[in-house]
Amino acid sequence: MVAASLSTPTAAAGAAPGGWVDALLANAAGGDTGSADSLAAIRARAAQALAQTPLPSRRVEAWRFTDLAPLTALSPTLLSAAPAAQPETAAGSLRLSLDGHSDPLAGINLPAGLEPISGDELNATLGQVLAATGSTELWPVLLNGATAQKVLALRVRGPVATTLELVSDAGAGEGILSLRLLLVLEPEASLEVLQVHRSGGANLTSVVLEARLGEGAELRHGLLAPGAATGCLLATVAVEQATGSRYSGVSAHGGWALGRLEPRLVQREGAAHGALKALQLADGRQISDTHSQMVFEGPDGRLEQLHKAVADGQGRSVFNGAVQVPRAAQRTDAAQLSRNLLLSDRARIDTKPELEIVADDVRCAHGATVSRLEQDELFYLQSRGIAADQAARLLLRGFCEEVLQELPEAARPWQPLASLLGEQGR
Amino acid sequence: MIRPDAPVLLEIRDLTARVEDQPILKGVSLTIRAGEIHAVMGRNGSGKSTLSKVLAGHPAYTVTGGTVLYKGEDLLSLEPELRARAGLFLGFQYPVEIPGVSNLEFLRVATNARRAGKGEEELDTFAFEDLVRERLQVVQMDPAFLERSVNEGFSGGEKKRNEILQMALLEPLVAVLDETDSGLDIDALRIVAGGVNHLAGPDNATLLITHYQRLLDVITPDYVHVMAAGRILRTGGKELALELEERGYDWVDAELAATERTPAEVG
Repeated sequence: MVAASLSTPTAAAGAAPGGWVDALLANAAGGDTGSADSLAAIRARAAQALAQTPLPSRRVEAWRFTDLAPLTALSPTLLSAAPAAQPETAAGSLRLSLDGHSDPLAGINLPAGLEPISGDELNATLGQVLAATGSTELWPVLLNGATAQKVLALRVRGPVATTLELVSDAGAGEGILSLRLLLVLEPEASLEVLQVHRSGGANLTSVVLEARLGEGAELRHGLLAPGAATGCLLATVAVEQATGSRYSGVSAHGGWALGRLEPRLVQREGAAHGALKALQLADGRQISDTHSQMVFEGPDGRLEQLHKAVADGQGRSVFNGAVQVPRAAQRTDAAQLSRNLLLSDRARIDTKPELEIVADDVRCAHGATVSRLEQDELFYLQSRGIAADQAARLLLRGFCEEVLQELPEAARPWQPLASLLGEQGR
Repeated sequence: MIRPDAPVLLEIRDLTARVEDQPILKGVSLTIRAGEIHAVMGRNGSGKSTLSKVLAGHPAYTVTGGTVLYKGEDLLSLEPELRARAGLFLGFQYPVEIPGVSNLEFLRVATNARRAGKGEEELDTFAFEDLVRERLQVVQMDPAFLERSVNEGFSGGEKKRNEILQMALLEPLVAVLDETDSGLDIDALRIVAGGVNHLAGPDNATLLITHYQRLLDVITPDYVHVMAAGRILRTGGKELALELEERGYDWVDAELAATERTPAEVG
């Protein structure tokens, strides 16, 4: 690994985080086989853009509350994840393991309705949903583009009964695990997908999912990401919706030194349905961040959004929920609610709705609450013999379950709550 | 059932307490023996609900004086959960809704905490389900309520039934039931009172806190205490409740005014 040894002095220069990107790019280029894979062009473009883009700093609005320090403390190398122990697969689901280098479809018989996309078609499609959602230049997307070596791309026709599980575990290895996913749902297609991303060490899981929903298509999408105290997660979910389509996203992440999720939806001609339910947790010195964006480009669109967060210890939770309703998006119906639980005096919660409404005939509701555990609820449980700390835990679980129970069934073997609260042995 | 030789379960002596800076209890004394049913009656604001909350250990109330012995030991030094595990039960006037926490799990955790307090083994999920289904009959409750979140969306009557179900599972030695009859229609009142009667026995005791006689038509108290201005003004048998029903609380006010004019003569 010549590139790695050459880059080490730069990587060590923590004071100059720009050097971290340079070192990473050098390593990515070193690891590049030079083969004309479908990501080669994207990689070259992204690497160039990344080199010219300053590292997001807290002077930039989108990163104002989110310090990248845990990320630039990581080794700027590419990580190929080793196989990790996994729970039994739930009945009715197909699990694909993503390790960043091998083909997740090798030896797999895809169920009826699913087929890989490849060749020119893949080259022509990849990146389009990112462009449609204005995500191409986002720093986490550039970082992913410059480092991803493999893409999993699937076309969906008709209703698919099997739940697709897309699973990664960065394990204890150092470096960046970079994953790129594409789903194209033909008109009237429907699919349930569960992403699971885990880590057990000082590494970054970078994942970009593009999903295009044809007319009347339905995507039920879960994302479960229980992290590691030194691990980082940057996840982008870009969704482009045609009329009559339904997207329902349920996400839960926590336990990462830095975990940031960016769901970005666009309804191209409006008249589609989007639902976002999210839970994020931050304990210790962790940062849990969600920046969501919904753009209605036509009339009669709907959005239902619930974002819940728990901050304990010296954890920091950040939510920014952008909703754009331009003039063309008459009769939009959007509701956003941010509910936050502050469990410690030293934890911090920043929550911000960001509604840009130009159309005049719309319903756009938003609200935010920040509270502590209710004294009356705690006392009620204590008066039944339940110790204060266990009572607090029950109430916390109650708060979380409202979102977690909406995850696809396939999430159950992964024990969402226990894994997010760090209650299960790995 | 009054037995002078029955063991004393709860002994309250000159108890005073405040909430924030407001004194509410101003010297309550009360002795409860095994097998007895006591009723504390009084107007709103007389301090009767405060008495129940102080006994259970609600953090909003501060005890400023007096003692409470439970089975001969200091009750007030115990955390609320330890009082419950030792067998003290408070039936809430307004049972709390807890979204996202399943009623079944709540009942199981509570039951096992109490069992641990009695030195009994914890029940596993299956054994507990058997027990809870049996105890549901005490309050004629639909098992569907087990699957819901604790008290969430329950009607007033369903909440009170859920309280008595908890009492049936926790098998307390001293049950303090705070306005259990409030918000109940006649049928629900009968079911709830039937549950309380069913659970009352020679080894435990019940302290009913109520505003009205109608609960005492279905649960016969051994003693009735009339509370006013943070003290027990008068104690009698069940006929005292009937007298209150007949004459109203006005005479209580008169008696209270008299005692306050001559505080030295009050014991």
